[in-house]
Amino acid sequence: MAITGTKGATGLTGNTAIAYAMKQINPDVAPVYPITPSTGIVEDFSSYVADGAVDTELITVESEHSAMSACIGACAAGARVMTATSSQGLALMWEMLYIASGMRLPIVLTDVNRALSAPINIHCDHSDSMGARDSGWIQIYSETVQEAYDNLFMAVRIAEHEHVLLPAMVCMDGFITSHAIENINLIGDDSVREFVGEYKPAHSLLDTGNPITYGAMTLPDTYITFKHQQSKAMAAAKDVAVEISAEFGRKFGRNYGLFDAYRLADAEAAIVILNSAAGTSKVAVDELRKQGKKVGLLRPRLFRPFPFEEITGALKHLKAVAVLDRVDSMNAFGGPLFNEVRSALYDLEKRPKVMSRIYGLGGRDYKVADAVGAFEEVLKAAATGRVETLQKYITL
Amino acid sequence: MSSPTGGVVKKEKVSVPFDYNKYLRPNKLPHIWCPGCGHGIVLKAMLRAIHNAGLNKDNVCVISGIGCSSRTPGYVDFNTLHTLHGRALSFATGVKFANPKLKVIVVTGDGDALAIGGNHFIHTCRRNIDLTVLVFTNATYGMTGGQYSPTTPIGSQATTSRYGNIEPPFDACEMAKASGASFVARGTAYHTLELEKTIQEALEHKGTSVVDIIDACPTYFGRMNKFKGASQMMEEIEKDKTVSVKQVDKLPPEKVQGKMLRGVLHKVDRPEYCEQYETLVMEKAKAK
Repeated sequence: MAITGTKGATGLTGNTAIAYAMKQINPDVAPVYPITPSTGIVEDFSSYVADGAVDTELITVESEHSAMSACIGACAAGARVMTATSSQGLALMWEMLYIASGMRLPIVLTDVNRALSAPINIHCDHSDSMGARDSGWIQIYSETVQEAYDNLFMAVRIAEHEHVLLPAMVCMDGFITSHAIENINLIGDDSVREFVGEYKPAHSLLDTGNPITYGAMTLPDTYITFKHQQSKAMAAAKDVAVEISAEFGRKFGRNYGLFDAYRLADAEAAIVILNSAAGTSKVAVDELRKQGKKVGLLRPRLFRPFPFEEITGALKHLKAVAVLDRVDSMNAFGGPLFNEVRSALYDLEKRPKVMSRIYGLGGRDYKVADAVGAFEEVLKAAATGRVETLQKYITL
Repeated sequence: MSSPTGGVVKKEKVSVPFDYNKYLRPNKLPHIWCPGCGHGIVLKAMLRAIHNAGLNKDNVCVISGIGCSSRTPGYVDFNTLHTLHGRALSFATGVKFANPKLKVIVVTGDGDALAIGGNHFIHTCRRNIDLTVLVFTNATYGMTGGQYSPTTPIGSQATTSRYGNIEPPFDACEMAKASGASFVARGTAYHTLELEKTIQEALEHKGTSVVDIIDACPTYFGRMNKFKGASQMMEEIEKDKTVSVKQVDKLPPEKVQGKMLRGVLHKVDRPEYCEQYETLVMEKAKAK
């Protein structure tokens, strides 16, 4: 159920919180198509549209391909545009994702992480957003409802920053975060408006005094130049993310940064993991710490662009690391997060031992005992200097 | 045998109950459909039609996309393929083309077939490939919470049309006919025996056969549009708002106006796609 007036701590599901954040941002256009488990976002947001609580044009299209196409058209016309999807929905947007980033359109999308078919499954894993990891979209991952809510405001600012101008997706775990209720602190409407500001596009199709062209044919003499500029903009997004996150922290008291380091500074063994499973893993960290084991955790928030220098800096003192992926990058060596982290550590003279673990596909439970099990393997590698099994599935 | 009244008791016709379990995967039941949903009635009519058509289970392939109706292949004991939203017809085209001996049945919904998969729908009909397409039309996206679909009537309530739907609906039969399907029919869950016969006729037809099946979604469409329950929906939508194509000429115009026609609406002989392809291959092979 869509909420209306609130202040202070409020119990909300991830979907309701994202819909409320969208209401507060009040985008110009929201093209939408329903898919489980993200439908709640659009459902609540459509209530705001129906009630006249936002000025948004809600476009109910006939597929996600059309939803992202409409996002692109509206954004190129100068509108602030938002949408939400999951799983096959993101997959069907696939070819349009590249159009959005190639045209440098700061669309903001919430992806409620859900496994990809086949076999069909509606529960959480990261195969949808990880499949889009090279599409030129900024990706921000969220552990909690609070963080997903906060990330949406920051995503708008990062995407629309003049040095960036790239689309951004905020990811949260399907059902685990999207449907579970958490007590979160909401930001006042005025503060949100002040933080996100008014979107003033530098270029717009509706600016008929300054006609422009998007997406025109580029041959080998120019295409690579566009891609080089896009690549530089993506690299710039990291510094912008740090800056926006710091501003958010100053204004609202919640400091995030590029990643979340939990009891990592004096740790010898750690796991690296995204989204809600980090919460479960932190419980395991605390239990093992009570037993005197020096364990910690790193949870990347910004995955695209991947902040490899900062993550290397945070992990370099460790003896061993297990990178847990909630997706298999089939036939690559290990999951996508593993590949990024291991590659980032390569240039160190003295590197931690790194292992890949695939967990929780299609919503399979990841429990404290699973995290403890992973930690035991990392601790063993830290003690012996040897990784017994480099890559394997856990939670089977 | 004597009766309490002392009269002679007529010999009653003994009807053997249809053995649905022969065609179901009982370990996959209960199904997920809501109480009052018409999909179960349609499923049973489909099974009886398959039985009456004398089809061998192993030669039947049931394919679906995504949505409430698309859960059907999980429950039925044939070769089954549960695919992607809107894409069932493309998968089915591949299956039929690879193995034209299979009887391929596509179970789809109005959102699946006419919105996200609308493009595949018209091109399947255009090719006239030998598929039987059963469109469960409940004017709703039931699986995702009651959004309006491409068959939702103007003015109806849906979670995405709180002030009434303003988009004109598709008539799936007109669309199929205009696109080139050689067999087009309509049935309803209410007229269940008639539906069984219509599906059987569709199965026995060579070419693309489309059956638009009107059934009710009491959970979303019903509640949002102030229906009292599933039976009222069946009576008002399926019974009162449709008229059999066999009766239409006998009725005065006012009794036909605004009603959808039931029964076989279009049936022509037109070359079937797989056969055309095979003929072409054989001709070219001979020419060599």
